Amino acid sequence: METIKSPADLEKSKAAILARMHGKEKTRIRVHMGTSGLASGAKEILEFLTLELQKRSIDADIIRAGDLGYCFAEPTIEVKRVGEDPLVFGNVDKQKADEIIEKYIKNGEYVDGILPVNYRTI
Amino acid sequence: MQLLVCGGTGCNDLQSEAILDNLRLELEANALENDIQVIKTGCFGLCKLGPIVKVMPDEIIYTKVNPDDAREIVTEHIMKGRKVERLLFTDPITKKTISKAGEMNVYKKQLRIVLRNCGVIDPENIEEAIAHDAYKALGKVLTEMSPEGAIKIIKDSGLRGRGGGGFSTGLKWEIAFKNKSDEKYVVCNADEGDPGAFMDRSVLEGDPHSVLEAMAICGYCIEAGKGLIYIRAEYPLAVARLKTAIKQAREYGLLGNNIMGTGFNFDIEIRYGAGAFVCGEETALIHSMEGLRGEPTVKPPFPAESGYRGKPTNVNNVETFACISPIILKGAEWFSSIGTQKSKGTKVFALAGKINNVGLIEVPMGTTLREVIFEIGGGIQYGKKFKAAQTGGPSGGCLTEKHLDLPLDFDNLIAAGSMMGSGGLIVMDEDDCMVSVAKYFLDFTVEESCGKCAPCRIGNKRLHELLEHITKGKGTMADLDRLRNMSLVIKDTSLCGLGQSSPNPVLSTLDNFHDEYVAHVTTKKCPAGKCRDLMEYFIISANCVGCTACARVCPVNAITGERKEPHLINPSICIKCGACMEKCKFDAIIIQ
Amino acid sequence: METIKLTIDNKIVEVQKGTTINKAAKQLGIDIPVLCYMELHDLNIENKPAGCRICVVEVQGRRNLAPSCATKCEEGMVVKTHTTRVLNARRTVMEFILSDHPKDCLICPKSGTCELQAMAHRLGIREIPGQEIAAMSTYRKDTSPSIIRDLDKCILCRRCEMMCNDVQTVGALSAVNRGFMATVAPAFEQNLEYSTCTYCGQCVAVCPTGALTEVDHTPDVLRALVDPTKTVIVQTAPAVRAALGEEFGMVPGTLVTGKMVSALRTLGFDYVFDTDFAADLTIMEEGTELLDRLNRHLNGDKTARLPILTSCCPGWVNFFEHYFPDLKDVPSTAKSPQQMFGAIAKTYFADKIKVDRKNLVVVSIMPCLAKKYECQREEFSTDNNRDVDFSISTRELASFIKHANIDLNTLEDEEFDTPMGESTGAGVIFGTTGGVIEAAVRTAYELQTGKKLERVDFTELRGLEGVREATIDFNGLPVRIGIAHGLGNARKLLDDVRSGKSQFHAIEVMACPGGCIGGGGQPLHHGNSDIIKARVAAIYAEDKKKPLRKSHENPFIIKLYEEFLGKPNSEIAHHLLHTHYFDKKKKVIVKQ
Repeated sequence: METIKSPADLEKSKAAILARMHGKEKTRIRVHMGTSGLASGAKEILEFLTLELQKRSIDADIIRAGDLGYCFAEPTIEVKRVGEDPLVFGNVDKQKADEIIEKYIKNGEYVDGILPVNYRTI
Repeated sequence: MQLLVCGGTGCNDLQSEAILDNLRLELEANALENDIQVIKTGCFGLCKLGPIVKVMPDEIIYTKVNPDDAREIVTEHIMKGRKVERLLFTDPITKKTISKAGEMNVYKKQLRIVLRNCGVIDPENIEEAIAHDAYKALGKVLTEMSPEGAIKIIKDSGLRGRGGGGFSTGLKWEIAFKNKSDEKYVVCNADEGDPGAFMDRSVLEGDPHSVLEAMAICGYCIEAGKGLIYIRAEYPLAVARLKTAIKQAREYGLLGNNIMGTGFNFDIEIRYGAGAFVCGEETALIHSMEGLRGEPTVKPPFPAESGYRGKPTNVNNVETFACISPIILKGAEWFSSIGTQKSKGTKVFALAGKINNVGLIEVPMGTTLREVIFEIGGGIQYGKKFKAAQTGGPSGGCLTEKHLDLPLDFDNLIAAGSMMGSGGLIVMDEDDCMVSVAKYFLDFTVEESCGKCAPCRIGNKRLHELLEHITKGKGTMADLDRLRNMSLVIKDTSLCGLGQSSPNPVLSTLDNFHDEYVAHVTTKKCPAGKCRDLMEYFIISANCVGCTACARVCPVNAITGERKEPHLINPSICIKCGACMEKCKFDAIIIQ
Repeated sequence: METIKLTIDNKIVEVQKGTTINKAAKQLGIDIPVLCYMELHDLNIENKPAGCRICVVEVQGRRNLAPSCATKCEEGMVVKTHTTRVLNARRTVMEFILSDHPKDCLICPKSGTCELQAMAHRLGIREIPGQEIAAMSTYRKDTSPSIIRDLDKCILCRRCEMMCNDVQTVGALSAVNRGFMATVAPAFEQNLEYSTCTYCGQCVAVCPTGALTEVDHTPDVLRALVDPTKTVIVQTAPAVRAALGEEFGMVPGTLVTGKMVSALRTLGFDYVFDTDFAADLTIMEEGTELLDRLNRHLNGDKTARLPILTSCCPGWVNFFEHYFPDLKDVPSTAKSPQQMFGAIAKTYFADKIKVDRKNLVVVSIMPCLAKKYECQREEFSTDNNRDVDFSISTRELASFIKHANIDLNTLEDEEFDTPMGESTGAGVIFGTTGGVIEAAVRTAYELQTGKKLERVDFTELRGLEGVREATIDFNGLPVRIGIAHGLGNARKLLDDVRSGKSQFHAIEVMACPGGCIGGGGQPLHHGNSDIIKARVAAIYAEDKKKPLRKSHENPFIIKLYEEFLGKPNSEIAHHLLHTHYFDKKKKVIVKQ
């Protein structure tokens, strides 16, 4: 990566990054791995998802992110299927993760444990 | 098609399980179970209107749903495509019914400015941050603004320090800017010490670049070349992510020399705190960074005049810094349009205690305590009665039922005898003894006082001892006066903010729950039944069948009685372990 | 200088900018009580932690009370020093402090001179509410060769810490622990003996309470005096006679030489001698050594190390053994007057009066606490018999005199015994900063030039500046002299010596600010530097009165060399009157 040499440079690189991100249309999974998430087992879920998606030949991006603030429902993951709004699932254990892969990621079927987005953001 | 049923604890208490069951039964009855999914979700944040059922993908929200309403939802909406009008939400102001979630004002009470990218971006990948406009504000400031111009924006935005003091951030920067020196420092206070508060940690873990960028902006504004982040060593993940972020920002030319080709130099280092609460106080923090004992000194001089290494230093909290870039990008007017007259923008609260949705929330200033606790927070656990909310960390005060509709902002909280602090919000229910609560918080301040000034070092200890005395049933009415006098003097005479606020829990409970204190010292009873020394186990003879189970389990042989005759507990022997009560199958043993 | 006007207790006062409220009030005759605050104005020593909060006052427009010792006056400020609020706060804080302080005033070594006791009296405290439930902070006692630390009595005024760190740069004492258990201690709460402590005793000199006191050796002295098999001789240091009177109500600066001799004789000492005699002897040895090194240096001898450093002060010797062991060949090898006296007393004089050294007890009266440690040094004993058996301080002597029912005021003046009681003015001025080097110059000049010195008073070497320098013309040879009092000032000169930048030929160092007259064993000055100045003046007055003012003119010194020592720096002189130094770095224990 070359250093950013001006604000215009920054804009260019933002555009490039966005293009790269949106270029690959596939399911994107965020595992919320702040301290709350990690303390509730988010790392295990990340490993499980990485392994299982590969095993089940599902092409998806898995991203580590910080916490959403849903401490009461950690670990939480967010799944964004192509062309759909993202959904957040709470209290995800391996069984739930398996269910999410099988039902939601594969077929778009909802599963219990959805956390409705109850905030606006800027 | 899916039916989402809120399974948040608040709705759950209002029979959302039964709604789920009934919906499934109705679908089965109509042979729709394979076409329509019924899903239990987390809290919608609409607890006041619960239970909630949302029909997807129509996004129709039904409020205050009864288990009996299941049939109508299935037969009318699902099968006939007709909305069940009577279950739709009626806007209290416009009196119109609203069916779409997005159109509801009560929905999405939260507004995320500080937490905008938390949980959204990969904090260890600067590209994701850049994709979300990180460093754009820095570029704008460096190329389009003078330090004075940028400071004016921050001033006009009305942003006040989120670390507790609530001092105008723009004004603070201006003072640091006006104090000329060859060396100046920007310090980020990440020594989050309030028990239960973790908003700074979340920001640093989820969006470290927002803080780095704001520090650089501040550096440009006050003409400092060096930033220091003072962070608790107990936050290893935040430290690791900060380190990664700093490294990446340097690689991208967004920190270091000649940032974005503008000739501006600014770099950031991390300093570790050892977890002393008092080091959140800015002078103590600076001493700690200098390798001295973490103790406050008298202000003035303020750090803006003489701070780190005796140089002008601007200290801001993580949350404050996280507000900077949006203000620069969206303007002072946008920010100042959010919040109340004197408190602008949003505030992150860490909800804890006996509330259902424990976690971090961010709401516009002026959101009421009721909205925070009962809507966003999902209400009180187990449907118990709300008793008090402690804001402002261990040195805040307790708000009560009468404060539920108080718009939360800096000045209202102070007026109510509490404070904003860093944004901890601990909820208490009817089972909490307020004298014990005050004692609990004092325990913390006694532990965390640095010991430099006498009122805080000794006074808080004495307060704690007196509270202990009262919870043991040994207090007198005169002790309550002494408690108040000591509290007021400690506040009035302590050297730093710690001692100046540590008696708040005592004073506010003394004011708001005076009867409870009086009960402890006069009738020697703890109304909440929490103070062990004031409890008495008692056998209701009418319920006692004389099975002797209690007498057999009592470890100190305090229970006597003949078989098949009502038993008696000797209170002078009883150690109040509760074993008898647990054993009794006839609910004959109660606590008085 | 810019002045500002403010109102204190309805009176208008005009003060220089930067003046504190406390000092401004003094101009109006308003005496706001201070406890932790202490200032030695002429020595630039100030302790201002604003920790005790006794001196708080009400400043209009401020939320909290302000510490008057640390709050600077502002234009138009309105201050009230004795409102109900202030008086109540002051009393309550004092009650806090007393609630954590032992109540054994009757048997406390500081009773009568304790500033806390005086403050309790001044504030009219008659009871301590809640004492019955108040826990006390307790620590283990620590007894070193010179100083006892009884931290139960510490009120965290931090004066000792300021003295030890800021003034002396010894760094033995600093605040440790937090909150109620905060106290002042060596690193890792090690005992003083295993710290870098130099026993200068400046911590004891400023301690307001009984937390830091000297080890009392008067019982040992009494035991020797009543033992018929022992011949007990006493030597008195020059600074003692200039301060002892203060303990008996005399005006500071009153010389009590004759009364002191009389009292000592009444106490039962068999011979009352003068350390001044040994001071003259020191000049002979040290002066000769200086000239030897100087002349060798002038003749191009590279092994002749310059500057030469005086070595009379045991606190100073301890200091360089701890911090500059690499320079231990730089100071003069001459023993201190106390130890020269002991060495001569237990050889030459013991022979003269035909008493075995084992039955000869040498007691020294010193303004110093390091002398207690010095006389216990192994190298200053022969066959386990110390050259100086016991060293007691001016304060201990005063209380000893009082025990013996002696009213010092009414005593007639008496003369020292011969031969070791005879001294010159040069010996007397050893008691103040600059005095040793002035005495050395008086002798060295005549020895070097062979000419008679007409001007005996070297005013250019006098004063209370922390570091002074002067060049004395030795008949064409400019001798460059440096003087430092206070170990922090000495450190500056030593750093230059270490880095080779020092241009001096000779440097005098005294560990205590003001020299011995400000020693750790002197009557307490309670922060009044006028007392120090008065003692200095007394010393120079005594010098002026003496018929002989140059050490080499002392007839008994001449006789001693003729009869016993031969000449200065002779073999026997080396054996008895010179010493060597140790690397003490390894003696410091930093962990348990």
